[in-house]
Amino acid sequence: MKRSGARRWLLLALIAAFVVSYLSSYFNRYYLGIVIDCGINIILAVSLNLINGHTGQFSLGHAGFMAVGGYTAASITLALSKQLTSMAAVPALFVFALLVGGLMAALVGLAVGVPSLRLKGDYLAIVTLGFGEIIRVVFQNMESVGAASGLKGIPGYTNLFWAWGLAAVTVFVVASLVNSTYGRGFIAVHDDEVAASAMGINPTRYKVTAFVIGAFFSGVAGGLYAHHKQFLSPTGFDFLKSIDIVVMVILGGMGRTVGVILAAIILTLLPEFLRAFADYRMIIYSLLIIGLMMARPQGLFTFGRKTVAVK
Amino acid sequence: MDWFFQQLINGLALGSIYALIALGYTMVYGVLRFINFAHSDVLMLGAFAAFFLAPAVAHLFPLPSYAGAILVTLLAAGICAALGILIELMAYRPLRNRPKLTVLITAIGVSLFIEYTCQHKAVFKAETRPFPNLLAQHDFRLAGLAVNSNDLVVPIVTVLLLAGLWFVVQKTKIGTAMRAVSFNHQAAALMGVSINRVISFTFGLGSALAAIAGILYALKAPGIEPLMGVQPGLRAFIAAVLGGIGNLPGAALGGLVLGLLETYAGGMPAISNYRDGIAFAILILILLFKPAGLLGKAQVEKV
Repeated sequence: MKRSGARRWLLLALIAAFVVSYLSSYFNRYYLGIVIDCGINIILAVSLNLINGHTGQFSLGHAGFMAVGGYTAASITLALSKQLTSMAAVPALFVFALLVGGLMAALVGLAVGVPSLRLKGDYLAIVTLGFGEIIRVVFQNMESVGAASGLKGIPGYTNLFWAWGLAAVTVFVVASLVNSTYGRGFIAVHDDEVAASAMGINPTRYKVTAFVIGAFFSGVAGGLYAHHKQFLSPTGFDFLKSIDIVVMVILGGMGRTVGVILAAIILTLLPEFLRAFADYRMIIYSLLIIGLMMARPQGLFTFGRKTVAVK
Repeated sequence: MDWFFQQLINGLALGSIYALIALGYTMVYGVLRFINFAHSDVLMLGAFAAFFLAPAVAHLFPLPSYAGAILVTLLAAGICAALGILIELMAYRPLRNRPKLTVLITAIGVSLFIEYTCQHKAVFKAETRPFPNLLAQHDFRLAGLAVNSNDLVVPIVTVLLLAGLWFVVQKTKIGTAMRAVSFNHQAAALMGVSINRVISFTFGLGSALAAIAGILYALKAPGIEPLMGVQPGLRAFIAAVLGGIGNLPGAALGGLVLGLLETYAGGMPAISNYRDGIAFAILILILLFKPAGLLGKAQVEKV
């Protein structure tokens, strides 16, 4: 994809998100909520895809970064929203909160990434899982954000425009990054670390960069999530949430942006369709994971081009 | 000083349970080089098997009694050994030569499958049930410390099992085969070792230990429920890494160290709230500074 083409698509997506969002008062609130969930999950899946798919570093702690972003953004809006004098300042406050949330998550991502990215494969998976759990335990004990009972009364700033607009921005940034000259380094590290470093690529720097950028967008998604649900609880960011995001990436095909977006949408909608079988929902979900790994470990949406081996 | 010894007793009991579970993780890692996430659920199934077997066994040996408790434990261990072998056969064997991450994700899938199936209302339901009293509990004072008889039973059972396991692994033919497979799959196969049989045996042995650990855990826990294995399972995994994954004495040592550290931390008001995070903090520290674990040997990666 040419750069200018990608920019045109981004602009188009932003306009579409804005127009549809403008009309959203006509939509059913229940469906609207699900569509916003889709947007947030696209951000999570695409950002994790940069780490797990493109760079090949298997992380199981994405929900932790989401929690950092969510709690930070929510604390900011909760502290400042009462001092707002006009409604016009709401978007500015929201963007500021999301940005700070994302940056906090990126900072935590840096602190987590530098030590743990020295490890590989299942060790890395377990360490990131561990960090995710530690982050959750910290929030569970933080009285200032409601500890175990959760953070209530977050203003509902997230609408369709923010969710899908930021999803488009995430896709744009990740896709252009990976397709840039610099970004080829991520794929080189994924394909063969030793060969990459022989070509003068510093694998650790690329891994950490992918981790920090992924954490940033995950934090932004957390902020959107907080202002969508208007309630945050530490249990919402447990190991299972990280697994959800990982499954989206695997289902879509590691390193396949379009596939991952489709998978994020499908996996957001699936539980709603399975609502009638609520008791069996998670059983079906776990069987889906096992079946997928046996039949199509490269993902559902990988056709054509030579498939990249899943490490 | 009393406080110190009191926590020591509690910590040893908890650590012994972690050690038993950790052995299963480490044995499977030794022969297959992957983390069997479903191991913690086998532990839960062991406790549930005992729960359902206890009334039947009570006809033969009125419970609580040692004979009855041993029979229940042996039967539950047998059932779980069969389940462990079955899990390997159905979920892991078809993926034997696939990339490690594929197997890891499958293991997570298997774990979720067992947990959610057991939580279903037609199976065990998501409620906590009281565990039957397999052993009569006595509280007595030992040198000024409050001791529960179960706190002594747990470490004793663990020591006996460790000795038995050491004998199996070091002195029997199948144990030698296990060590050979964990050393080098291909060379072992060329020497006439049946890899599949050894792997099945390893899963069976590990699952039986997990079942016994589950019953010991349930004796001390307020009750049993389908997610009871998750937390001790994660701790035991960390214990296995702490001791050096793939290393049997390491797993036992790691379990004890982790159990003691957690108990002491839980007893200090200043950090007791962060007790859940301590195990992970230890895991991260050990992986950063001594990734091979306390007793593991560092391996040089060849290019």
